[in-house]
Amino acid sequence: MKLNKILMVSAALAALPVLSACGSSGEGGGDAAAGGGIDPQTFTDSLHAVMASDRAVYTKRVVNRLANDEGVIKASEHFEDDKALPLPAQMFRFGSEAVAEKTDKFSYQLLSLWPINKQNAPSTDLEKEGLQYIVDNPGENYYGEEELGGTKYFTAVYADPAVAPACVTCHNDHKDTPKSDFKLGDTMGGVVIRVPMS
Amino acid sequence: MARLFSTKRLWLFWTLATVLLLASAAAVMAYGGPRHWFLIGKTTDAHHQMELSCNTCHTDWFGGRESIEKSCRNCHQDDLDAMNDSHPAKKFRDPRNAERLEQLNAMECLTCHVEHNEDVTRPMAVTLPMDYCSACHQDIAKDRPSHEGYGFETCGNAGCHNFHDNQALYEDFLEKHVGEPWLKAHPKMALRYGSAGFAQAGELYASKTSAERLSVPDAPAGIPLDAHVSEGWLQSAHAASGVNCSGCHQPEGANPKTKASWIAKPAMEQCATCHTYEAERFVKGKHGMRLGEGLFTQYDGLFGLFSEKKLSPMRPELARLPMKADAAHKDLTCTSCHGAHDFNTQKAKVDACVSCHNDEHTKAYFESPHHALWQKELSGDAPAGSGVTCASCHMPVVERKIDGKKVMLTDHNQSGNLHPNEKMGRQTCLQCHGLGFTLDSLADSDLIRKNFKGRPSVHVESIDWVERRMRKRGDLPKAPASESGNGQ
Repeated sequence: MKLNKILMVSAALAALPVLSACGSSGEGGGDAAAGGGIDPQTFTDSLHAVMASDRAVYTKRVVNRLANDEGVIKASEHFEDDKALPLPAQMFRFGSEAVAEKTDKFSYQLLSLWPINKQNAPSTDLEKEGLQYIVDNPGENYYGEEELGGTKYFTAVYADPAVAPACVTCHNDHKDTPKSDFKLGDTMGGVVIRVPMS
Repeated sequence: MARLFSTKRLWLFWTLATVLLLASAAAVMAYGGPRHWFLIGKTTDAHHQMELSCNTCHTDWFGGRESIEKSCRNCHQDDLDAMNDSHPAKKFRDPRNAERLEQLNAMECLTCHVEHNEDVTRPMAVTLPMDYCSACHQDIAKDRPSHEGYGFETCGNAGCHNFHDNQALYEDFLEKHVGEPWLKAHPKMALRYGSAGFAQAGELYASKTSAERLSVPDAPAGIPLDAHVSEGWLQSAHAASGVNCSGCHQPEGANPKTKASWIAKPAMEQCATCHTYEAERFVKGKHGMRLGEGLFTQYDGLFGLFSEKKLSPMRPELARLPMKADAAHKDLTCTSCHGAHDFNTQKAKVDACVSCHNDEHTKAYFESPHHALWQKELSGDAPAGSGVTCASCHMPVVERKIDGKKVMLTDHNQSGNLHPNEKMGRQTCLQCHGLGFTLDSLADSDLIRKNFKGRPSVHVESIDWVERRMRKRGDLPKAPASESGNGQ
């Protein structure tokens, strides 16, 4: 299991220059696979392994430990005003926005069928189908292709489970939540990763 | 005669004249001269002071929108980051926003703010119709039934939302301030250098000052010192903290006994050697923006025909607000408000402002409750910080971290909290007033004209909506008995 994770992370890091090289020659991720490069699914699986691991570490070892277990600091959406920790979902989105400023070779979002902020509800057909699929089929991912703004994307959807009690209590108790019966381990949303194909 | 005006000659003359005209126009554009020829429309209030420093925004002749966008961000990105911009461009890079961007390209400043377009320029330099929120938030009433029936033109002009800065308007912030009285139990403005007072100043400027009060000026022989100058300096914070004539009038490291290095009229650059933060903020506001870096009306070039020329300091005659005629030609630098030698900060808080400004809001100050409080503080009948001056609101005392130390300093960007004015609400009004009263007052343009003499006649409903929502959830905190009532 450990070896698999290491291989996945290495693949993710190795994949970036491969796809960048393809992009610069005008070829997409699909062609990269045909040309011997990494295929889009391995690429998104690898990226997700890094994202999910970092996300779980921050949620469990920083937020849940300090805010819930030890109670030494709060986690708050308005962390600057409240002098608190950013919420795990914010941490993830800040990373996503920072990546978007660095590269357009891939993008990722955290979405949910039960979003606290309605802007994070699924908006494309693939997002709606994918998020429903990962809820109905625990342990499985969803892959597909879609066209947005004239560009074709390979899109992968991965389950985002409640990894710590802090996820459950915060979401269940939030004033804007549309669902208040989450349990530890439930799929609360999904990570959507897109790779442009052309 | 016929030969003189032959078709060939006329063509030649026309060609030469055209080339000469184009070359002159190009030279003016590139190097300077009568650049107002090229002002294609009235500049917004935000930029009019620097409209002849064309290259500040138009950095690249062939750069198109992209280069202008870059210029916008060069000057405004820091402020956008500081206000925790609600719609930063980075949020819109996500491909799922492609359809939204087709409706409204929120990644570019120029989508909403186009310069030189007076006919369609609205408050906050917006050049789009005010219902632009509808491009992405058409379904808002589904999530927020309270918003049902409100037109999209009201989102941004009813005191509820701003596109960029919502620091004083977001729901959780409103929640924290529900039930606040119109006037808090212990209204008091923050003080410069905080409760540590002068001791904090000494710590901040430790490398430039000493604990020893000076009484003998060190101006070199041959520099005339009249009694007024000496007396002013002796009474100043400079003399009290060991800053002698040479500290301002001579460059660092120069021999104070040498007349050659004497600077007769120290400028902002000299003040900034100690008052770095103040100078940095001064050039961000409308008082000092013309002294900012890189603002030129003319550049070296064309074999000496043009030479580098910076913008002059701001003068009241260049302002768009009503100013006093006798102040029209005054240059606006540090000493314009602080004077030279005595550096009386009390005068700088009101007297300096009214020596130039002559609009209704300024004139009404003297009839306002804020002025009455200031008079009480000046006469010693009320504690320090209880009076409200022009500077209290327009140049507020803010906490800054300098060299790892937290210090309370005056923010000299006097335009910094005006747009949107809820910024001022959060920064200054809330020190004494409740948020509900503050938002109502700031939404009442007539009350602003009267310099807040009276009660607001406008009511911003957002805080009521939040209160109703809290009640419904059953988690409305009880207002302290001593602070009940909102003064409406």
